[in-house]
Amino acid sequence: MKLRAALAALAVGAVLLPAAAATLRATLIVPADDARLERTRLERAYLGHPGGPARDGVQLALDEARFELDAAGSAVALDSVGAATLDAARAAAQQAEKAGAAVLLTDLPADWTRSVAEAVKLPVLNVGNAADALRQADCRANLWHLLPSERMRADALAQALVARRWSNVLLLSGPSASDATRAAAAQAALKRYGLKLVASKPFKLSADPRERELANPLLLTGGAAYDAVWVVDSDGEFARALPYRTALPRPVVGDAGLTALAWHAQFERFGAPQVVRRFAKAAQRPMTAHDWAAWVGGRALVAAVVAAPKGPAVAWAKALAGNDLDGSKGVTLSFRAWDGQLRQPLLLTDGQAVVGSAPVDGILHPRNALDTLGADAPERLCKARS
Amino acid sequence: MNKPCCIALAALALLAGHALAAPVVYISSEKDNALTLVDPATLTVQGTLATCKRPRHMQLMPDGKRLLVACGESHAADIIDLATRQSVGRLPLGDDPEAFDIAPDGKTLFVSNEDEGTLSYIDIASGKALKSVAVGKEPEGVKVAPDGKTVYVTSEVAGLVHAIDIATAKVVKNIKVGKRPRRMAFAADGAELWVTNELDASVSIVATKDHSVVHTLRFEVPGARAADITPVGIAITRDGARAFVGLGRANHVAFVDVRARKVTQLVLAGKRAWNVSLDKAEARLYVINGLSDDMTVIDVAAAKALKTVPVGRVPYQAVVVE
Repeated sequence: MKLRAALAALAVGAVLLPAAAATLRATLIVPADDARLERTRLERAYLGHPGGPARDGVQLALDEARFELDAAGSAVALDSVGAATLDAARAAAQQAEKAGAAVLLTDLPADWTRSVAEAVKLPVLNVGNAADALRQADCRANLWHLLPSERMRADALAQALVARRWSNVLLLSGPSASDATRAAAAQAALKRYGLKLVASKPFKLSADPRERELANPLLLTGGAAYDAVWVVDSDGEFARALPYRTALPRPVVGDAGLTALAWHAQFERFGAPQVVRRFAKAAQRPMTAHDWAAWVGGRALVAAVVAAPKGPAVAWAKALAGNDLDGSKGVTLSFRAWDGQLRQPLLLTDGQAVVGSAPVDGILHPRNALDTLGADAPERLCKARS
Repeated sequence: MNKPCCIALAALALLAGHALAAPVVYISSEKDNALTLVDPATLTVQGTLATCKRPRHMQLMPDGKRLLVACGESHAADIIDLATRQSVGRLPLGDDPEAFDIAPDGKTLFVSNEDEGTLSYIDIASGKALKSVAVGKEPEGVKVAPDGKTVYVTSEVAGLVHAIDIATAKVVKNIKVGKRPRRMAFAADGAELWVTNELDASVSIVATKDHSVVHTLRFEVPGARAADITPVGIAITRDGARAFVGLGRANHVAFVDVRARKVTQLVLAGKRAWNVSLDKAEARLYVINGLSDDMTVIDVAAAKALKTVPVGRVPYQAVVVE
C-alpha cells in the first residue's frame, strides 16, 4: 500500500523549456491505474473511449507551440501525476498548487474531478470527463471542460435525427449507473428536439437463454415500429454488435452506428488531417476525441501564456476563461460562462467516415448556434457560476 | 494526294495556334489530381488536365510561359507548359508542399511544407533543396517582399507571420497577427503586408519596415455571425488601390479601399468563398468556392457575380493565363 502511494505520488515530470521570464507550470492529474487504458480495452478502440494517455495530446500542443511561446518570450512546463484514489488526486492537486502550478489539468472520474476543483483555487481543465453533473449540480467556478458533455453529444445526435426526419426512436440502454444517467440525457435530447420515444428497453450482455429477452437484438428490437435505434452502452461491447442485427432495417445511433464525438481521425476539413498526422507521428496511434480534448487543453494553456506573457497566475486564469481557441474545427471555440464548457461543433461518425457535424444546418439559436448543444444559459443549472 | 493533307495539317496548326493563344483559367482541385480549364470568354469548362496528386497553390513562372502547380501528396510541383498545355516535368518541393512564392530574380522558390513545419528554399533550375527554415506548425501562405530580401510565411497554428531574412535563412521577427493566418498580399508598394486571419474575421496590416501590426481591418456581413466570417484568399490590384478578400463561410467577397482601409462592397459568391484571383485587366475576379465545388466569376466594376461555373472536387485556386 505504501509503495503504491509512493508510486502514485511520483511525478513523472518533464520540463518543456528552461525557465524563461515567465513559465506557466501546469500539472496533469490522471488515474494511477487507468482501467480505460488496459490493453484489451484499447485494442477494442470503441468510439468515444480514450485511445491512450491524456498527456500525449497536451504535450503535442505544447511541443508545436514553440514559435508562439518564443515569440511571446514565455514557456509552459507540464508535469503529470498519477493518483490511485480520490484522496490521492486531491492531495496531488494541493501539492501542485503549493509547488507553484498555475493550472491543473485532469483526466479523472467525475467525483475525483470535483474534489480536485474544490481542493484548489487554481483553474482546473477537465480534459477527459463528459459527466453532465460536473457542468450542472457539481460544477465549480474554477472548473473548465474541454471534452463535450454527454448532453452535448446526445443533442448532436438528436439534431442529426431531426435533419433526417427519423422521428421515432427506440432506446436501448445498458445496466451500469453511467448508462442510466446517459440514457436520461438521451431522452432529454429526444424531448428537446421533438422526437418520439417509441419504447425504452434495458439490455444485458448475456448468452443465457433465460435472459434472451434482454440479450437478443432481434427480440429487443422486434415488436415495435421505429426509424432508428438509439443504444446507450458505456461499456461498448453490446452496442458494437448491434448494427445489422435489428429486427427492422433501421440505423443504430448512440454508442455504435452513428456516434457524435468531439473528434475523429478521419475528419478532413479545417486542417484536421495535419493535426491527426502530427498526433500519430508523436504518439504512434490515431487521434481520438479524448486526445483532441487534451490537445485543446494544451492549446488553452499556450493561448493563456501568449495573452499574458509575463503572468502572473491571476492574469493567466483570466485569459484562460476568456480566450478564443482554434481547435481545427473551422470555428473559434470559447468557454461558456454559465457552466465552463467549451462550446464546439461535434462530428457525426460511424467510425469510418465523418458523415456530418452538429449543430446541423437549420438549427438556430438567438446568439450562437453552438449553444444548441448542451445546457444553455437560461437553464441556470450551475449554481456555482450564476 | 499530297496537297490536301498538307493544307489540312496547316489548318490544324493554325487552329491549334489560335486555341492555344486564347486566354484560359486554370483551377486546381484538391481531390481531383487534375486541373480544370475554363474559357473566360464563354465561362464554360473546356476540359481537364491531369496533374500531380492533391494540387493546391499555383503560380506562373517568371517567364510567363509555364505554370507551377504545388501538389501536397506528390511532394512536388507539376510544371505545365502553357503553349502546349502539357505537363513537362516535376520540381521536387519537399514533404507536403502547400503554398509557394518565387524570388524576383526567378531563381529560387520558397515553399511551405505543411507537415514538417518548415519553409524550404528550392533552386528552380536544378530542383535542389537549398535551405530549410523551421517555422510554426501548419505553415501556409508564402510571400517574397518585392525587394527580394525578406520572405514571409504564415503559421496557422502559431497565429504568427514569420519574417525570414532570405540571405541568412533566419527568422528575424515573429509577427503576432490574428487567429489562423492564411494568405498575404503586399500593398503600398511593399510597405504594407496584408494578412488574412481565418478565425478572426479580419486582415492584419503589417508595416514591413519594422514588422509591426499597424491596423486590423475587421469584416462584417449583414446576417452573418462573426464566427462565420472566415477570410482566406486576398488579392490586391497592381496600383495598390483595391483589395479583394474571400470571406469563407460568410459566402461573400469583400471589396476593400486599401488606402482608406474600408470595405466598400460585399459581393455574394458560393459556399466558402476562399481563394480569389484577378485577371490581367483587373476587370474580373475569379472566386473559388471550397464547399460548393464551383467558381464564381465577378465583374469588378459592377461588383456583381456574372456566373458560377462548376469546377473540380474541393477546388483551391484559379490562375488566369492570358
